Amino acid sequence: MLKTYQYPKFPFVRPAELDSPQTRHVPVIVVGAGPVGLSAAIDLAQRNIPVVVLDEDDTVSIGSRGVCYAKRALEILDRYGVGERVVQKGVSWNVGRTFFRDEEVFRFNLVPEPDHHRPGMVNLQQYYLEEYLIERARELPNIDLRWKSTVIGVTPGEDAVTVRVETPAGAYALSCDWLIAADGARSPIRRMLGLDIEGKIFMDRFLIADVVMKADFPPERWFWFDPPFHPGQSVLLHRQADDVWRIDFQLGWDADPEEEKKPERVIPRIRAMLGDDREFELEWVSVYTFQCRRMKRFNHGRVLFVGDAAHQVSPFGARGANSGIQDVDNLGWKLELVMQGKAPAALLDTYSDERTYAADENIRNSTRSTDFITPKGNVSKTFRNAVLGLARHHPFARGLVNSGRLSVPSFYVDSPLNTPDADAFAGRMVPGAPMDDAPVSAPGGGSPWLLPHFGQGFRLMIALDDAAALDAATAEGLAALRRGAIPAEPIVVAREGAAPGGIETLHDVKGRVRERYDLQPGTVYLIRPDQHVAARWRRFDPTAIEAALRRASVQGA
Amino acid sequence: MMINLEYNFREPRTRTFYGYEAGDAFYEALIEAHRDLDEEQSALVNARLVLLLANHVGDVDLLREAIRLAREDVTGG
Repeated sequence: MLKTYQYPKFPFVRPAELDSPQTRHVPVIVVGAGPVGLSAAIDLAQRNIPVVVLDEDDTVSIGSRGVCYAKRALEILDRYGVGERVVQKGVSWNVGRTFFRDEEVFRFNLVPEPDHHRPGMVNLQQYYLEEYLIERARELPNIDLRWKSTVIGVTPGEDAVTVRVETPAGAYALSCDWLIAADGARSPIRRMLGLDIEGKIFMDRFLIADVVMKADFPPERWFWFDPPFHPGQSVLLHRQADDVWRIDFQLGWDADPEEEKKPERVIPRIRAMLGDDREFELEWVSVYTFQCRRMKRFNHGRVLFVGDAAHQVSPFGARGANSGIQDVDNLGWKLELVMQGKAPAALLDTYSDERTYAADENIRNSTRSTDFITPKGNVSKTFRNAVLGLARHHPFARGLVNSGRLSVPSFYVDSPLNTPDADAFAGRMVPGAPMDDAPVSAPGGGSPWLLPHFGQGFRLMIALDDAAALDAATAEGLAALRRGAIPAEPIVVAREGAAPGGIETLHDVKGRVRERYDLQPGTVYLIRPDQHVAARWRRFDPTAIEAALRRASVQGA
Repeated sequence: MMINLEYNFREPRTRTFYGYEAGDAFYEALIEAHRDLDEEQSALVNARLVLLLANHVGDVDLLREAIRLAREDVTGG
């Protein structure tokens, strides 16, 4: 098989702990150096928290695996310093086309709204993302990446968690305040702790083929229901970097996974799909099944589960890696506040509350997609084909065609961290909402987009027409909030002018911030460190803001 | 009145943020309605559902139009 990618080998370094009789204690251990574990390590290291990362392997993901990175994950990866590399190397796309038998029934556009920095989706082989994250992790002095290090035992305690680590040079123990389990769908940590993960397995098999070819197909997602070249089943085509194309064939439950992986079985399928004699080479082939399930809670004392270890979905919708990255985005700031003693450990319960809510949404949407794509039973198939037939002529039916509802962030509308609106607002930036991006200009320097100005600590976004008109009383109140136990950094969004006292100012050059956040002069938004809205008001009220900050960090009323 | 062929699904009591959610929720309920039924029972459920919805619509001209659209392509004519 052809290789467009050279797998890096990371050296095993003999850890000093092997030569010490004492068990060393560290603040945080992350188990698993996949996209989610690496993101967790980077998030915490960027908060000046030292992290040891343990991974049983010494290279990146074998095979392209997760290939679709959604807008929200890219925005988070921007904060981790790798978003731009992913976008540059990957294939951006917004258009999806859907075919039924031999006809196109409709197409959709993921980002129908202009003026967002990141595209709806970028396709990139998972090994590239991991490579970029590893390079980024290596730039951060407080990340200790340990390869060929398998966790073979875990002992949770009241004050610490101890793990036993096996390496090629022997085994050692390491203890930590917090253990982050990012060790994948089969999570050995979850198993060793005897924790359940509940859900259902889908009785179907899918073949993934990564094919290298020169093709002039546009960068779009193509989905076929019941195509002439693969009757009765579904097929999905995606373009990745390096002229690698991902083709996904539904095989049915009775298919023999070993047989189906053989090139003499795979190549005719692809030949039939391409319908011509163009040259291609196989790079990677895999047959998979999937489950939709999640743990009841994601935090168990000092052990925190993230990504596939905590929840799994069907691949339709790219809700796996994308939701794992959002887990970490949600967890990082909460863990920091708890570790600093600024918030009670109960704040971590809200990690579980918010992310199990998101996991349920992901499971619900990907299950619905799966039921549409692979209908079980004659009635389901009749309805599915009726929808596809009507979709050719009628817009309403196009809305029902479900070939995967692609990963979008959850609105944590029920979160206890939200302060309910007391004032009237239009639009969707409700408490709990993930921030919408918008173009800005930053006279003080920095990104010409809104989102990169948020994301480390809490921020107060104050809307004005002229930033210079910020009154002295408000400026004084903002200065006090900046000095609080949990500081909230002010940022003024205005049409023009510079805020007094060196307060960061953004200019709403296209009016999109005003439009998307329903801003009026005086409007204030309290934004969480993960770029979700915590609270908002029509006028500046320091007492209300302090209460909202306490609420967003579970400090009690 | 003309038959509405634009996407018209909504869940008035639930705040949703993505357009597909209401339609998908309906579709899930529709498929769920057939769980554990044999073919004859399923056909009967479908027939009853059509009748219930038809009465709700009420306008017979509109129902004739829906019947015409439903037959289109199926009969090849």
